[in-house]
Amino acid sequence: MGRVVLVTGVAAPLGARAARRLVDDAGIERVVGVDVLPPRDDLGDVRFVRADIRNPVIAKVLAVEDVDTVVHMSVVAGAGRAGGRAAVKETNVIGTMQLLAACQRSSTVGNLVLKSSTAVYGSSAHDPGLFIEDMSPRQLPLTGYAKDSAEVESYVRGFSRRRPDVAVTVLRWADVLGAGIDSHDSQLGQYFGLPLVPTVLGFDPRLQLLHPDDGLAAVNRAVVAGQPGTYNVAGPGVLTLSQILRRLGRATVPVPAPGVGTVGQALRRATDLELSSDQVALLTHGRVVDTTALRDRFGYEPRWSTAATLEDFAEATGRGPLDARRIRSVEQRLVAAYAAARVPRGGTHDA
Amino acid sequence: MPDADIIPLGTRGRPGRGSRAASPSKAARSLAPPSRTRTRRSSAAPGDEGAPAADPPRRRRPRLVRPDDGPSGTAADQQAPAVPDDRTGDSRTVPAGTDASPDRTRDADTKDAHTRGTTQPDGAGPEGPAAAEDGAAKAEAAEPEAAEFEAAEFEAAEFEAAEFEAAESEESWAGDAVTAALGFVRRRVTGDYEVDDFGFDADLTSAVTMRVLRPLAEKWFRIEVRGIENIPAEGGALLVSNHSGTLPLDALMTSLVVHDHAGRYLRALGADLVFTLPFVSELARKGGATLACGDDAERMLAGGELVGVWPEGFKGIGKPYRERYKLQRFGRGGFVSAAIKTGVPIVPCSVVGAEEIYPLIGNIPALAKLLKLPYVPVTPTFPLLGPLGLVPLPSKWVIEFGEPIRTDAYPDGAADDPMLVFNVKDQVRETIQQTLYTLLMHRAHIFY
Repeated sequence: MGRVVLVTGVAAPLGARAARRLVDDAGIERVVGVDVLPPRDDLGDVRFVRADIRNPVIAKVLAVEDVDTVVHMSVVAGAGRAGGRAAVKETNVIGTMQLLAACQRSSTVGNLVLKSSTAVYGSSAHDPGLFIEDMSPRQLPLTGYAKDSAEVESYVRGFSRRRPDVAVTVLRWADVLGAGIDSHDSQLGQYFGLPLVPTVLGFDPRLQLLHPDDGLAAVNRAVVAGQPGTYNVAGPGVLTLSQILRRLGRATVPVPAPGVGTVGQALRRATDLELSSDQVALLTHGRVVDTTALRDRFGYEPRWSTAATLEDFAEATGRGPLDARRIRSVEQRLVAAYAAARVPRGGTHDA
Repeated sequence: MPDADIIPLGTRGRPGRGSRAASPSKAARSLAPPSRTRTRRSSAAPGDEGAPAADPPRRRRPRLVRPDDGPSGTAADQQAPAVPDDRTGDSRTVPAGTDASPDRTRDADTKDAHTRGTTQPDGAGPEGPAAAEDGAAKAEAAEPEAAEFEAAEFEAAEFEAAEFEAAESEESWAGDAVTAALGFVRRRVTGDYEVDDFGFDADLTSAVTMRVLRPLAEKWFRIEVRGIENIPAEGGALLVSNHSGTLPLDALMTSLVVHDHAGRYLRALGADLVFTLPFVSELARKGGATLACGDDAERMLAGGELVGVWPEGFKGIGKPYRERYKLQRFGRGGFVSAAIKTGVPIVPCSVVGAEEIYPLIGNIPALAKLLKLPYVPVTPTFPLLGPLGLVPLPSKWVIEFGEPIRTDAYPDGAADDPMLVFNVKDQVRETIQQTLYTLLMHRAHIFY
């Protein structure tokens, strides 16, 4: 008998892609996608069940479908279509609690895969250069997605204590950046796309990016190969924020740290980009994680480096006004002009 | 001598050494072994035999030939043979025709000159020009690629055709400073450079930071470097140094010296405060620094980096001027555990001269508390002259790298043995303190 996998959050692009990937896997008989909203993308052979993980009906779904593996993808970063911040928190935290309660009762569920985030490490000036999985945050994230992720992880830890027979895999994704990713899954793409990007004056954070293909491949592997544990998932290499914005050709406007909150509020009103304090902390101090465990213990080697992920994103979404090509041509002109100015003096260039 | 009060009398050296360098006290003269003194004098000035008291008053600082004055090799070599060893100084023979009054001050200085002649004189070391050329070479390498791109993407006819001809026919301008600078600016503006996991930006560091610091090191502080060969050419090593000077210029200068003379980047471990401050944190990360914590130190050492640590921290850098050159507590010894865990050698480094750049004579604790800083310094110039007070005094610096202390021979789990860690920590501290004393004894003057 083949395996039955339940994927939550399939209305969002990442959840839908994760479900489609799992359906294609030979060892998996059936994939059930659950979300409170109808999916926007084609789900292929995934059986979609419109259900709210915040109420006990999810337990029935688990029982009816004989689910043995639960992939929890619906802890989301931004409001997206779901409404305000309060609604997001409700889905993230209460949804997870309800889902875990259902899993605990279920006799069939043997695997749980959680898509978490490296945001659980927080961002502060007291951080070590790289976080490994068993480090705790130096400053607990107090707001937003980071706090939700930390709470969700703590519920999952509690679950795994109560049900030690269930194999739990927690994948902490770095900020995911790619063409099809909306603000639901990561706010960075939208932030990079602003016509004038506000940065924190005097700070240049180190950031790590994750290509959606790598993240989804890791989820796939967690379901198929089963290597329980907690793993950081991020593209190798590091870019500083200034470097990212320059490579994207974006114009920046540095804002002194005390004024960033005001700018964030203004942005919230004008766009659906939400610069909560955990996001501001990330854009001030940055965060880098160590992915040795992912490669050595989990057995997955990310194929997209941070720089390649950014390049892919830039190709897909276009570059800003300060395009590298234009700047290169300006440099060429200056060099040529300089050379031309020197030729008469040198007098040996005619040959 | 200004530093006389902290040289421990009777612990080393010869009687009379400490308080009155040039003219020993009566008590000290009676302690000195008479025979050796006489032998020396007789060889130099036969007329004064047996009459030490009648010795002419010695000049406090005899004029001497510094290597800076002329070609360093020759000046030093002429005097050097007279000084086989500092410790056995009394058995030396003074060359005929020299002044009869050379005393130990002079000997110390000739030794000084000798060392300086053999190590790096002022000016760029062998790596200096090489590093400068590196940037130019990079720009040159980027050139053909850039030209190719130009050809494919932009059609601007004559103007560029001429440019290509120029590029092909003549190489002489391609690698020169203007082109290199333009290439550098283009790389910066387009983000076309690499940083490592800790945010270290080698491109920026060697092209800008080091270039800004170099004149300060060479012209202002005239740093003399000793024992540079003690820095391993490759592999992980932990450089441990004393910390002083109100602002951490000593860390910057040590990084520069290591870069220019040993050809390596020093990866500094900085205090939390460094990473809290705007601009400072950005520059620190780009310059290769990271937070002083065990995880980062071990990661860098295991990665084969040369890591610098200043274990005295704020206690050392913010100590009052009257306590200069007295090493403070060396933290909790975390740096020793990191070195033992990764099995890398510890290189003690002693910096003389940094204590005098901003003599700390006071502190404003209330303001410090308000600004959340460890101290707000008062120096003879600082709040008084405003920003002008930020100009460091031009003291003469000596940076000496001591012999590496091996940590790879300890058994497994040694890093978790606090007694061993404390012992190694004390050993490092003592080495640095003794080197400081020795350097101070040989220092002629604070400013030259």
